[in-house]
Amino acid sequence: MNDAARSQGRIFPVSVIIVVLTIIWYAGAVYLNSGQLIDRYNKRSVQWDITQLAADAWSMKRPVLPAPHQVARELKKTVLDQKITSKRSLIYHAGVTLSSALLGFVLATALGIGLAIGIVYVATLDRSLMPWIIASQTVPILALAPMIIVVLGSVGITGLFPKSVISMYLCFFPVVVGMVKGLRSPEPMLLDQMHTYCASRTQVFFKLRLPSAIPFLFASLKVAIALSVVGAIVAELPTGGQGGLGARLLTGSYYGQTTMIWAALITASVVSATLVSIVALGERTMLRRLDGGQVARA
Amino acid sequence: MSDNASSSDTVVQIDQLSLDFDTVDGPVHALSGIDLAIREGEFVSLIGPSGCGKTTLLRVIADLEKHSSGKILVNGVSPDQARQDRSYGYVFQAPALYPWRTVTKNVVLPLEIMGLTRSQQQARAKKYLDLVNLGGFENKYPWQLSGGMQQRVSIARALSVEPQLLLMDEPFGALDEITRDHLNEQLLELWRKTRKTVVFVTHSIPEAVFLSSRVVVMSPRPGRVMDVIECNLPSERTLDIRETPDFLSLAHRVRQGLKAGHSYDDE
Amino acid sequence: MNIFSSTRISNTSLAGALFIVLGLFGELSSAATWIDTPIGLVGLGCVAGALSVSGLTTKCSSTNRAISLAFVLVALWAAVNLAHTETVMGQVSGGYWCFVIALALAIWATMSRFAAITPTPGVGAFLYQFLVPGLFGVWLIVLWELITVGLGIPRVLLPPPSLVGEAIASSLGVLAADFRQTIIRAVLPGFVMGNLAGFAIALWADRVPFLRRGLLPVGNLVSAIPIVGIAPIMVMWFGFDWQSKAAVVVIMTFFPMLVNTVAGLGGSSAIELDLMRSIGASHWQTFTRVRLPNALPFIFNALKINSALALIGAIVAEFFGTPIVGIGFRISTEAGRMNMEMVWASIALSAVSGSLFYGLLAVVERRATFWHPSFRQLSAKRL
Ligand SMILES: Nc1ncnc2c1ncn2[C@@H]1O[C@H](COP(=O)(O)OP(=O)(O)OP(=O)(O)O)[C@@H](O)[C@H]1O
Ligand SMILES: [Mg+2]
Repeated sequence: MNDAARSQGRIFPVSVIIVVLTIIWYAGAVYLNSGQLIDRYNKRSVQWDITQLAADAWSMKRPVLPAPHQVARELKKTVLDQKITSKRSLIYHAGVTLSSALLGFVLATALGIGLAIGIVYVATLDRSLMPWIIASQTVPILALAPMIIVVLGSVGITGLFPKSVISMYLCFFPVVVGMVKGLRSPEPMLLDQMHTYCASRTQVFFKLRLPSAIPFLFASLKVAIALSVVGAIVAELPTGGQGGLGARLLTGSYYGQTTMIWAALITASVVSATLVSIVALGERTMLRRLDGGQVARA
Repeated sequence: MSDNASSSDTVVQIDQLSLDFDTVDGPVHALSGIDLAIREGEFVSLIGPSGCGKTTLLRVIADLEKHSSGKILVNGVSPDQARQDRSYGYVFQAPALYPWRTVTKNVVLPLEIMGLTRSQQQARAKKYLDLVNLGGFENKYPWQLSGGMQQRVSIARALSVEPQLLLMDEPFGALDEITRDHLNEQLLELWRKTRKTVVFVTHSIPEAVFLSSRVVVMSPRPGRVMDVIECNLPSERTLDIRETPDFLSLAHRVRQGLKAGHSYDDE
Repeated sequence: MNIFSSTRISNTSLAGALFIVLGLFGELSSAATWIDTPIGLVGLGCVAGALSVSGLTTKCSSTNRAISLAFVLVALWAAVNLAHTETVMGQVSGGYWCFVIALALAIWATMSRFAAITPTPGVGAFLYQFLVPGLFGVWLIVLWELITVGLGIPRVLLPPPSLVGEAIASSLGVLAADFRQTIIRAVLPGFVMGNLAGFAIALWADRVPFLRRGLLPVGNLVSAIPIVGIAPIMVMWFGFDWQSKAAVVVIMTFFPMLVNTVAGLGGSSAIELDLMRSIGASHWQTFTRVRLPNALPFIFNALKINSALALIGAIVAEFFGTPIVGIGFRISTEAGRMNMEMVWASIALSAVSGSLFYGLLAVVERRATFWHPSFRQLSAKRL
């Protein structure tokens, strides 16, 4: 139960894993880039050895896999050395993605909770809705993205909102699933007890079902907020020109700029991980307020 | 209907009550032809082997289960109406406390639902927590209390509605013998002080005889009343009474009733 | 309970009747009246019939339900035909929408009637559980048809399902080739490999606590990464064909499986483990008899999450480069040619495959973890 002690036991293994992954990354860079390099050496009939190969592999202009320090340099160039408002700043692009992700997340939370309440309280919706909500998730969202943007554009809605709709489409699902589970989590005994108190549906909802659902809701929100970033990036692929991390990915892949792709990818992960930890922080405070953190541990 | 409410001091009037559960493999006859009248101020125990329908009968009284045939009146009205009048308090087998509410907040939960003012809620919570000897634990969370204390919070909560009728389904079933004895004494004391009508489900013969003014012996498949035993033990009694010959002969009668139920079953 | 639901249904029927009357008095379209269009009158009549059978009678017998279902089906058929009538198509007015609302209410009333009962188990019950969601799905598709045809929405914006259906029927060969390329060659191998790898690493991590402590936080971090972003990289590494798509699927499915399996294997209670220890069970015996069964719900959870992820991953990867076949390829090229029917046909193909796959997993899950609380009967009380 002691958080400090637990993380103490983690720092060392996590560092080891990260070091191992970095070594694999460097080795992978040599391996994946070697084909091109050896071709080039042979063409120019240069003598080469493994140190030469490694040094070249880690400093190529257009590597198949850039080395970590190259990505770091690219990140420094596009994050630290640029004005935030500049179109070349990754922070600017991250901001574009973040705003549509957040709006999508808020919309998805509202939609997901609304649907869950409907499913839990209305038998007909319980029977009819769930299979279609699941089916909705098997629709390739990337395929829908351009159409959603075109259709919404044709009725005069442009900019942030269409992208958020795509984010919402991806991340309302975990909210519905978690919330339905949560609203149904109270034991039958507690529901019977409410019946003996002659409580109204609204009272049962606010005094029993909603508090019971909070831990489930937060677990889902953590999944949902990570998905909202994915959704925003996917939505930016067809709308390329307007910026965002998705647009950077697409540009990078058009011009074979792998370093650019990796930098965008790492920025996206940082954004996503930050959002998840903010939700996790909210979860911890909320659960502590609910019950001193007791149920959260269970 | 009104001609049936035999006398004004009958709290629960049950006539030829039956209940069948519809299950996937056919109906289960949980209760069959139950006749029972419980008078005001009585302490009635329901005892019988597992699965004989004690809980079901209690749930019918509490309007948690609908009977299939027969008649039942609670306070002279239907169970549904009695529930809406908040004329009973129900104590479940487990404490059924909300982990995110403090002891006081748990006790005032039904009062919130009834719409009492905040000061009334606080006053009642204090009164009934004191009554079950839990003064000083008001701001603890349920999971900071022992099992026995939790069950007493649950009883305080049922009492806080100030019902005339208290329905208790094996409230001490999950507790150890020592705690149980202690709570039995407290419950008896409580009953003497408040003169509530109590319907009490139990598995334990000594518990039933010690607490009750009447013991209803039930038998299974289908659940029905085998015997009703009047216990005229002195009202000022302590646990020591369980060694007296009077007590032992009552316990013997209850045991005989339970056995009779079984032999009937074998035929 | 019963009194409650029957009053609600009566309210539905009342509202439905109101909309039928409004619709009759309202204008059907700018070119036709109700009197000129017998098919519309048939539709209205059937809606009225369904509403009265399912709402105005308090008794809910199986004949009642069957009659109202028949009425609703005929009404749906009539509605589609009405929308396609020359004088109605693309020029509808208020009366048409009143009819659509009344139809929605009739379907709701019928679904409520069917949702309110639990059939006795058997073959009938198995088919029966598809009835309510099936009717709902049919209604969604018909509604889409009624709106697009009724309003005359340009087909480049949103084609009606009937045209999508025609596109599917006329290009079965192309769709089959896409299915083979994307689902059989990319998604399935990737799904199997990714899940197996995640499971294997989870088993390893389970034996080696050091690995578990190091890998789990990293795994949690990686699952927060928008993995679709690796699609262009994989295309660069593994080429345009299915291998790069399978690689994306492997990476997308790996971490959910890893994290869930490790969590599930750690989920056995101390009592269960002590019991196994007390009877001298070996590590392997404890694993197969206690820990794996306890982990199964988690593993199935990962499989279900992954079934949706795998499909999305493969199709997204096809947007970054692909041979001239595949669902993602089809969608992007046909969208470029404004051939929206074909785009929707491909979307339907992917949705149907995904749903079937998910359904299959759900059935296997129910068989394998029938004891889990989430599959036991829920309390019937809806407070
Ligand atoms: N919801 C239900 N559905 C179907 N059968 C039920 C249901 N509840 C109880 N039963 C059946 O009714 C019978 C009586 O059950 P009940 O719970 O009243 O027994 P009990 O006397 O309280 O037993 P115990 O002492 O074990 O608590 C049992 O045979 C039980 O299987
Ligand atoms: Mg019982």
